[in-house]
Amino acid sequence: MKKIKTVLLCVLISTSLVGCSEIEEATETTAASETIDLQTEVDAYKEFAIEQMDQFVVETEKFVESVKAGDIEAAKAQYPLARMYFERSEPIAESFGDLDPRIDARLADLEEEGKGKEDWTGYHKIEYGLWVENTTEGYSEIADQLLGDAKELRARVETVEVTPDLMMTGSVDLLNEVSTSKITGEEEIYSHTDLYDFKANIEGAEKIFHILEPKIQAKDEALAKNLQDKFGALNELLANYETGDKGFVSYEELTSEDTKRLSEAVNQLGEPLSQMGIIME
Amino acid sequence: MTSTDEKWLEKKISRRNMLKITGASAAGAAVFASGMGPVAKAFGFDIFEDDLTAANKISFYGKHQSGIVTEAPAHVYFASLNVLVQSQSELQELFKLWTPLAVRLMNGEQLEELSHGGFTPPKDTGEAKGLDAANLTLTFGAGPSLFDNNKLGLSSKRPDELKDLPHFPKDQIEEKYAGGDLCIQACADDPQVAFHAVRNLVRAASGKVSLKWTQTGFTSTPKAKNKKETPRNLFAFKDGTVNPSPKSASDMKEVVWVQPNDSKSWMVNGSYLVVRRIQMHLETWDRTSLQGQEATFGRHRDSGAPIGSKKEFDEVDLDAKDDSGNPHIPANSHMALARKVKDRIMRRGFSYSSGLIDDTGAYDAGLLFISFQKNPDQFINIQNALGRADKLNEYITHRGSGVFACFPGIQKGSYIGEKLFNIL
Repeated sequence: MKKIKTVLLCVLISTSLVGCSEIEEATETTAASETIDLQTEVDAYKEFAIEQMDQFVVETEKFVESVKAGDIEAAKAQYPLARMYFERSEPIAESFGDLDPRIDARLADLEEEGKGKEDWTGYHKIEYGLWVENTTEGYSEIADQLLGDAKELRARVETVEVTPDLMMTGSVDLLNEVSTSKITGEEEIYSHTDLYDFKANIEGAEKIFHILEPKIQAKDEALAKNLQDKFGALNELLANYETGDKGFVSYEELTSEDTKRLSEAVNQLGEPLSQMGIIME
Repeated sequence: MTSTDEKWLEKKISRRNMLKITGASAAGAAVFASGMGPVAKAFGFDIFEDDLTAANKISFYGKHQSGIVTEAPAHVYFASLNVLVQSQSELQELFKLWTPLAVRLMNGEQLEELSHGGFTPPKDTGEAKGLDAANLTLTFGAGPSLFDNNKLGLSSKRPDELKDLPHFPKDQIEEKYAGGDLCIQACADDPQVAFHAVRNLVRAASGKVSLKWTQTGFTSTPKAKNKKETPRNLFAFKDGTVNPSPKSASDMKEVVWVQPNDSKSWMVNGSYLVVRRIQMHLETWDRTSLQGQEATFGRHRDSGAPIGSKKEFDEVDLDAKDDSGNPHIPANSHMALARKVKDRIMRRGFSYSSGLIDDTGAYDAGLLFISFQKNPDQFINIQNALGRADKLNEYITHRGSGVFACFPGIQKGSYIGEKLFNIL
């Protein structure tokens, strides 16, 4: 994701050339993308991302209202569902290096950068309040800022230059997110709602696959079939952990057998997913 | 190639496959011109040749698989895998997929032929680039559970002797180091080459296999006056002094290679691999007196000679007594007990060191015991003879276990395990 991020940031701050040394490297390898027209697919994905962001703002607003009204139970119920819209479109949402941490940073991420609790904002901070402190008291300001940030994110998504490469890299990155943080329970350490994020990441990757599917089909029928099978297998496996009403069991209920099985299914999907790039060749 | 093999080839290459061969020849020729490459295509996969010009290269094709009586190199990466394939034909496809990759890995080649536009990940994970074949050997085998899998329809092919090893006294086998449907033993002079080989085979088989457990191992062969000596284990004792000699055809026939009528006919020229992950309690060993250590093995530490003798290969006399009438070699020593059975095995032991045991902070180190024999009973008999009495038990714990039927060697044009599917 790092490289994509850099490229996008540089596009956004195109007046400045500082810190853009990676651009050339990254664009050199993608230059050939001109040869195949994927405009329809790119447009479809952008539409999807905007739709998700619209819903993200709507659901975040509900969540923020609950927090400010002190309705802990309602806020806890809304929390994982609202986040799913963010997680589904993470390849895009993540591209804003300033907004992403304001909305989605974990305390551990900040500590890595030498920052502390006082710099912490966004969903996970409120998660801490709800599940650890069991309160919404003192979180009004954070909640307001979260809504503001969500709206800003929605507005800025319009400016993202979606490329086929971003889509394909993004779909693999969504799976990598699952492999490295969701499956380990490190994303939602207080609420343990990691499986919601897991599901949303997979849905985000599957959307990209569906948009590109006709092109993949035309180039490599077996790959398309393999991807259908592997998405099917993973979704089937995940369905075992649904609680009805679109909910999922707590991460804490998963045994190491469960996480291993899920993790392997993700890896088995990731390998063929990384081959989608053949449509560019 | 024998005439039977040729007939078999003729029979198997259907018209459709013939067309594929012709169609592929243009592309094949282009690759071939640049050096190594597929020479023909059969069953939908490219046939690659052993590159006899490659440095530090061991042949893939032959009567027997490599890595069984091949002189053990310094490193092993052992992998036990479970299959995810749903049918016998998918299992065959898996072996067909692996065969050309195995040849090329053992040639020290990169698996990627063409430069891509950079939109997909490289076919070869790449960490062995610039390294030669490093005497890489790849040994493939099938575990008992493969034959239990009803979807694969192999139960009638199962040799009677291929079953999980029995529980031995003091065993503490952990599920995470036990069994597996298939194994790949990758040995090489270079640990990176061995690891790369398994990594790429597993990656190419994504969705068809999953890793069950793996273990790296190492061994060092000291040299004195340019003569190779018996390597030592982590307890500093020589390991493999009584090994049969690969140079002796009769030894190999007697100990290692399955002979006609010994077993199911698909196993002829194959061998059984037994693997044991044996933790060695280095901390307690290191506070045992030299005499105690030597009494445990029944040999002198430095020379490797039987206690009371001078040289490693001196005749072992279990009845020899010291001045006070006690046997030189204690009856409960590892060697004395092992000597009581007539069975022999071909040992390829490696040491391992895998961090620490979480619960105790002790070294997780020991012996990755690998042996080859034409019947697992040879190992079982020896292990039973050691039994509870073995003085060495105090210092070791068997934590992992597996037994695998290693296929006979692969002929050019055929594929790994082909006889399992095509011989009744």
